[in-house]
Amino acid sequence: MNVMQPIDRIRGGVHEKERHESGHKHVSGTAEYIDDIPEPQGTLHGYLGLSQRAHAEILSIDFEAVSSSEGVIGVLTAADIPGENDISPAHKHDEPIFVTDKVEFHGQPIFAVVATSREAARRAAAKVKIEYRDLPHVTDVLEAAAANYPLVIDPLKLERGDIEAGFAKAKNILEGEMRIGGQDHFYLEGQISFAIPGEDDEVLVYSSTQHPSETQHMVATVLGVPSNAVTVNVRRMGGGFGGKETQANIFAAVAAVAAKKYRCPVKVRPDRDDDMSATGKRHDFHVDYKLGFDDEGRIEAVDAVFSARCGYSADLSGPVTDRALFHADNCYFYPNVRLRSRPLKTNTVSNTAFRGFGGPQGMVGGERMIEEIAYAVGKDPLEIRKLNFYGGEGRNLTPYHQTVEDNIIGRIIEELETSADYAKRREAVIAFNRENNVVKRGIALTPVKFGISFTKTEYNQAGALVHVYTDGSIHLNHGGTEMGQGLYTKVAQVVADEFQVDLDRIKVTATTTGKVPNTSATAASSGSDLNGMAAANAAQQIKARLVKFAAERWNVSETDVAFEPNTVRIGVDRLSFNEFIKIAYGARIQLSAAGFYKTPKIHWNRAEGRGRPFFYYAYGASCSEVSVDTLTGEYQVDRTDILHDVGRSLNPALDLGQVEGAFIQGMGWLTTEELWWDAKGRLRTHAPSTYKIPLASDRPRVFNTRLAEWSVNREETIRRSKAVGEPPFMLGISVLEALSMAAASVAEYRIAPRLDAPATPERVLMAIERLRAAARQKG
Amino acid sequence: MTIQIRNTIRFILNHRLVELADVSPVQTLLDFLRIDRNLKGTKEGCAEGDCGACTVLVGRLLDGKLKYESVNACIRFVGSLDGCHIVTVDSLAQPAGPLHPVQQAMVDTHASQCGFCTPGFVMSLYGLWMENAKPSIAGIEKALQGNLCRCTGYAAIIRAAEAISAIGDVGKDPLVVERDRIARELATLQDGRRVEIGSETERFILPGSVDDFAAVLEANPKATIVAGSTDVGLWVTKFMRDISPVIHLTHLEELRRISVDAEGVTLGAGVSYAEAYPVIVEHFPELTELWDRIGGQQVRNMGTVGGNIANGSPIGDTPPALIALGASITLRKGDRRRTVALEDFFIAYGKQDREPGEFVESVRIPFVSDDARVAVYKVTKRLDEDITAVCGAFRIAFDAGRVTDAVIAFGGMAGTPKRASNVEAALKGAEWTEETIERAVTAFDQDFTPLTDWRASAEYRQLVAKNLLRRFYLETQSSGQIRLDRTIAVAV
Repeated sequence: MNVMQPIDRIRGGVHEKERHESGHKHVSGTAEYIDDIPEPQGTLHGYLGLSQRAHAEILSIDFEAVSSSEGVIGVLTAADIPGENDISPAHKHDEPIFVTDKVEFHGQPIFAVVATSREAARRAAAKVKIEYRDLPHVTDVLEAAAANYPLVIDPLKLERGDIEAGFAKAKNILEGEMRIGGQDHFYLEGQISFAIPGEDDEVLVYSSTQHPSETQHMVATVLGVPSNAVTVNVRRMGGGFGGKETQANIFAAVAAVAAKKYRCPVKVRPDRDDDMSATGKRHDFHVDYKLGFDDEGRIEAVDAVFSARCGYSADLSGPVTDRALFHADNCYFYPNVRLRSRPLKTNTVSNTAFRGFGGPQGMVGGERMIEEIAYAVGKDPLEIRKLNFYGGEGRNLTPYHQTVEDNIIGRIIEELETSADYAKRREAVIAFNRENNVVKRGIALTPVKFGISFTKTEYNQAGALVHVYTDGSIHLNHGGTEMGQGLYTKVAQVVADEFQVDLDRIKVTATTTGKVPNTSATAASSGSDLNGMAAANAAQQIKARLVKFAAERWNVSETDVAFEPNTVRIGVDRLSFNEFIKIAYGARIQLSAAGFYKTPKIHWNRAEGRGRPFFYYAYGASCSEVSVDTLTGEYQVDRTDILHDVGRSLNPALDLGQVEGAFIQGMGWLTTEELWWDAKGRLRTHAPSTYKIPLASDRPRVFNTRLAEWSVNREETIRRSKAVGEPPFMLGISVLEALSMAAASVAEYRIAPRLDAPATPERVLMAIERLRAAARQKG
Repeated sequence: MTIQIRNTIRFILNHRLVELADVSPVQTLLDFLRIDRNLKGTKEGCAEGDCGACTVLVGRLLDGKLKYESVNACIRFVGSLDGCHIVTVDSLAQPAGPLHPVQQAMVDTHASQCGFCTPGFVMSLYGLWMENAKPSIAGIEKALQGNLCRCTGYAAIIRAAEAISAIGDVGKDPLVVERDRIARELATLQDGRRVEIGSETERFILPGSVDDFAAVLEANPKATIVAGSTDVGLWVTKFMRDISPVIHLTHLEELRRISVDAEGVTLGAGVSYAEAYPVIVEHFPELTELWDRIGGQQVRNMGTVGGNIANGSPIGDTPPALIALGASITLRKGDRRRTVALEDFFIAYGKQDREPGEFVESVRIPFVSDDARVAVYKVTKRLDEDITAVCGAFRIAFDAGRVTDAVIAFGGMAGTPKRASNVEAALKGAEWTEETIERAVTAFDQDFTPLTDWRASAEYRQLVAKNLLRRFYLETQSSGQIRLDRTIAVAV
């Protein structure tokens, strides 16, 4: 038996600032995305033909010019679908792959062309002649309500306390409304699928999807084959952000149908413009609110309706609008509350998941209410925020009857106020505004509390597969997908830590439905919580077998067997991990395990609006200062300070990147990212030339981001970490609130600015004009 | 003189000389790299030159000097690359070798997340690093105006850009060390011949000289003239338009000349925005910010001032400013030349004063007289790399508190870049006071009836136009802060 010198610790264990497992490949262009996979000979290309009307009957379609176009192999329509012509993730049968007689939004897929090259397919698709009979269309959420458009899914109501009594008791009552814009995901890698036909009914689909299992099931349904005939693979996505949770399915299904029909590999990749026209986005919202509060600004009652532009079908609009209600309270206790959702149908693309999943819109609505109260009672909005924070017994129940047990927002806010020097800077901003008429400044400090878990309880489960090979190298596979967030790195760190081996010994392989079945979407920030636990479980199963084996073989007690850095200690002796594994294999110990995890404690009764939908909450806060040019409405973010809670970080470097990136994305949503439909119902901001996500120069001029290093998840999550994907997105709200303050300065802060989102320079300037006029009238 | 003809194009791709005889006039560099050459490191994000995922470096000669510039491969035609050196991300590190310092810096600072935009960032930063090994943060941001990242929030990428020189010495970089050799190699490719490729229906021509260009264009008056392809590129990638026959210009060094004399500056029509930058900053410093905000760095490296004028955009990055400065252009057809005031060139939306067979040869910008004050304001939804909602350019001359001359031109307010002649009339001869300004702004309603679109509403455009005159006035009064302070210290 070899005696090994023990080392301190492994390289790349948990809580280490480990590099992204693909970093070196990203920078050298060798990280393989689906469009980079070598194409087998005979690969064909599919291209979707999209509706040119927002709402119309299809009278006739002439494919003559399409079919005779150079390189065309064939045209696919609904008639070519062997199984069901439906990919509704809500199982509402409201989402055809190809429409047959009626189009319901401009950009809706009607057919696909299959040709020998993508270029040929795309050019051919443009040659179709379709005769339409226009029907009246509605793109706006309020117009949809006025036109009595239906709801795409059952609405939700959350109610607690006595709303009537609350308003009766309140000294002040205020009503208002707000518009909150949508957002395109703008993943840099567009949607793409590549299907390779197999034997019998089999097909292998490479899909840029956040939800391989659902893509698998959709492809199976569309092909009319059992799920076991379909394998979906994804090594990495070039960004997802929710935009590839359900929206990847149509491309996968079309590629698979074509692959089976023509018995050739088929790739489907839309141009960016078509991607942005034909796939769903973040929901736009209209919020109608009524508030009751006392003279101090303490909330007595809240009654609000959140109406959402859902587009033509349900997709995920149910859970998205639910989550808006779950976050309309943000960090605030509403003694008497009624929140209602109104998921409205519109003649626009069906809106979908997007980082925060409705939560951000709910939270922006909640923060607008705080702002209203602050201006009504003439206080700093931060004072109103603190006054209404969730507290102890009697002030800790959410509108959905979950008790807030892990509240740390007080400490977060206190630390950020100090580190950002908020009070002094606010005074300086007010002083600056007194002296300057053209440039005005604003500052705001806003909190975030975000609930972690899928609100659909059954999604809170995960699987993983771990193999240890006889050379001691480890193969790790799990149901989560890598879209840049560093999930593969974090889960590998967990496994390295379990076995106490260096990280480079572990290879994470492409997510595939063939290895880990029935997985949930990598969404709801749940990736590392769920898959980290499942992978740890798999490792623990193997370790348990190994411990038992070692105890028997070397005749020690099981407690005397320990996995220590790159070694296994058995009694007083040490073996290298590799050596030990070789011996275990020789003794016919199973060196592979399927791990599993399900989140404990959670339950949710939607009909009653009651339960514990969230395992825990993640918290954070940001403080932003802005300068606004009141002649044009242009602005810049002068400084942002962030303090964010990720529990005990699995990887502080990756988490910091998540927080910084989410903030900028949230800021973009609330500032320059504007979706604009014309009178014909066409989305006209469908490319980066017209749809403006933040650039490097839009970063706050001073940008300080810190993780709350003292935070530890009170729940037993993987290594006491917290989810990080979505919560920091809402840190961007401080920019909107700071812009509001700058606008309000032109009316001496006496009128609530009611700045809607996105606060484009135009919206800011128009708010300033409105406030100036109102101030003049007030005298 | 008979011109000699070659039927191939030749360029260096990474380390190898490539010679092609069969190239479509609409073949983009990106598809060529990815599909024809299996170089998959360069990515397609948007196919319109706005996201930078496809950024590569193109080295080209000017007077024997070789310079590498970042360009968007998605809208660059292969046909335009004769005599160039194309450097893609795939060539920066050997398969088993160490990463390039730019790449290593990106890895060390956790500057990639999904990684799809990353090759483009690497190439933009590489281009910057070769020009300036210790760039300021403002310089880094400027080099990255044409690169979108949706994951990182950019902070880590900026940290990477600052760290490169601590990892590697730019003086030892292969493209620096071997520059003279590569320049000589490229020089041998320049044989002064006309290049003609393709059949009657699908062809493109690289004239051998400007005189040859004039002859070729006269013979092919319906040809599409392509300079930087930052606009025509999209005709192909977005509108799938047939643009054959194509005449490429970027290889003509004669069109890239800049001359400065006692009265003003003359820019050859092929001078890129980036090439014009130093002379603009020196002689027309009021245009510096505008110039910094035209497209992103890749677009400024490709796009030309001549092309910007000739394509007649109603918004136009440079025309409003150039009109305010009193610029004129020289048009040439065969051997005949004529000069027109720039403002007269734009007749109506999509219609310019250019005959078939005629081309813009040069742009003349006269110096500003000492009694005049110039300002250009570009208003956009996003600060950088955004097409103008409203651009106002002012040149107003004063004498003893009175306006002696006023030239005011706007983009985004009409079907063409257009002067605000009623506003000018209201100012001329008047006292330079707030009352005059308030009277003059009402004349905008006679001058312009702007449209509502996704960039701005008509109402906003009209209000902003008025406010820009107000700003011009306020800036002559110098009271308090009138513009956003873009120079606020940037901490990372």
